Amino acid sequence: MSDVATTPRRIGRLDLVGRQLDYWVTVYKRTWRGSAVSSFVMPLLYVTAMGVLLGGFIEQDPSTLEGATTYLAFVAPGLVAAHAMQTATGETMWPVMAMIKWSRTYYAMTATPLRPSDIVAAQLLFVTFRVATACGVFLLVLAAFGVFASPGGLLLAWLAQILIGLAFATVFFAFSAILKNESGFAIVYRLVVIPQFLFSGAFFPIGNLPPTLEWLARLTPLWHGVDLTRMLLLGTVDLPLALVHVAYLGALTVLGWWFAASRLTKRLAL
Amino acid sequence: MSPSQPDTGVKTGQHAAEAPALMVRARELRKAYGDFEAVRGIDVDVRPGEAFGFLGPNGAGKSSTMRMIAAVSPPSGGDLRVLGMDPATQGPEIRSRIGVCPQEDTLDNELNVRDNLVVYGRYFGIPRKEVAERADELLSFVQLADRAKAKVEDLSGGMKRRLTIARSLVNRPDLLLLDEPTTGLDPQARHLLWDRLFRLKQQGVTLVLTTHYMDEAEQLCDRLVVMDAGRIVAEGSPLELIREHSTREVAELRFGVGEHGALAEKVADLAERVEVLPDRLLLYTSDGEEALARVHERGLSPVAFLVRRSTLEDVFLRLTGRTLVD
Repeated sequence: MSDVATTPRRIGRLDLVGRQLDYWVTVYKRTWRGSAVSSFVMPLLYVTAMGVLLGGFIEQDPSTLEGATTYLAFVAPGLVAAHAMQTATGETMWPVMAMIKWSRTYYAMTATPLRPSDIVAAQLLFVTFRVATACGVFLLVLAAFGVFASPGGLLLAWLAQILIGLAFATVFFAFSAILKNESGFAIVYRLVVIPQFLFSGAFFPIGNLPPTLEWLARLTPLWHGVDLTRMLLLGTVDLPLALVHVAYLGALTVLGWWFAASRLTKRLAL
Repeated sequence: MSPSQPDTGVKTGQHAAEAPALMVRARELRKAYGDFEAVRGIDVDVRPGEAFGFLGPNGAGKSSTMRMIAAVSPPSGGDLRVLGMDPATQGPEIRSRIGVCPQEDTLDNELNVRDNLVVYGRYFGIPRKEVAERADELLSFVQLADRAKAKVEDLSGGMKRRLTIARSLVNRPDLLLLDEPTTGLDPQARHLLWDRLFRLKQQGVTLVLTTHYMDEAEQLCDRLVVMDAGRIVAEGSPLELIREHSTREVAELRFGVGEHGALAEKVADLAERVEVLPDRLLLYTSDGEEALARVHERGLSPVAFLVRRSTLEDVFLRLTGRTLVD
């Protein structure tokens, strides 16, 4: 007991985040089969139904499709970006609340050297992994359908999905850390996730919207993600605009991350 | 009680200069949630190797105090040192050397029994191979070795609590915090758990526990503080507290429903003190049998009666005017 007074070495952030690897590997081993269906099979169904079959009926002047030569090429990047959003939000709504309220896993974790900010970091890395694998497979499927301009564009589009995923995951993590009960999720899903999915330029050029709604669509994170993904996949990069997209999503990620860590800290400190 | 432990009998403040030798040192410690003050300025010293208890009813501020000591809940005021460190700035370093057994189970139902220990051990940065060895040792220690592959959901309440204790030991803590360790367990499960805690204490682990069971406090604690409404109302060993705040014996008398208040006056002179509870009268006296005989001499015939030794329950009743378990 003589070492009671000695000051130990500080434990670093990376170390504390890395210690959670085994937990997330265990979680993934348990859930990957279920998530494989939603992550890999659903995109394929969407591309087939929306891109190939529905697209077969759509005969549009390519000049109205933001650089795409077919409706499949137009809608596919939108579907990937929307998939990044869906995966990220799905992983940061109910699962986060479960770890606060039902399984109380966060409370077990904070009894150890881990801090709430370490927990947020590790979980966001896990969500990044989920988005990266789900959208990676999606992009490869699209490449097989011929939807890509260059390997470099494909790689950058993949990185863009990670950024889109993080922008949504961080903000939704913060939201879930504040929310008292799960009824808020249904509202947010209906009022935030689904409208963005439908109206942020994934399925049709937002120029078709009335001017006010078009501007509203331009403010949504998903539109920035969709437009960025489309540029990269179709090889129609408008550099200044692409940088705006990256800055917007990057800023959202930084703010959301900070907010998630501070809210979870507050929630668990009671 | 370990004979090698110096009986310093330090109350508070006296040995402030030697504070780092204390496992926990709190001065004027406070915790407020909005307008509600859960802990209202308490002084606590926990010495290495002792079993220290917080005894009090629900809502006394015990759990709030424990969460501050566990370096998860920042104090609202006062000074707190755990293992000589400041929880506000050295949380991870403190938490790597303590074990926490929370009041509500936080076991992972999705993992099997053994994986609960392994995954948790990894949070302390213990290498995989070593954590695997420790998990097996600990499962034997809490007598769950044959359940290693079982699902947590299928365990009984007592088994879950033992698993939680095993989990809290995975980092070989110097200080073990137990919040209501046996609440909700049947007597057999409690005794098994107490036995494990005794063994830990023999190994030199400092135990800090909260309880609202006086028998648990008497069984386990070398020293304890009695808490009520966020304050410490008494401090000492179980025996000291009983000697100081109660009589040697208690005669309990049960009369008909609703008669206790009126009858209290008729027996008031037979004891040092009489407490009226809804279902019985308590006569505090050095000789319970004698008091009982005098009650019968007066023509009073209680429906039921018994004579027993004073317990911490009586101390608590004396200090707060209320019973511990509501």
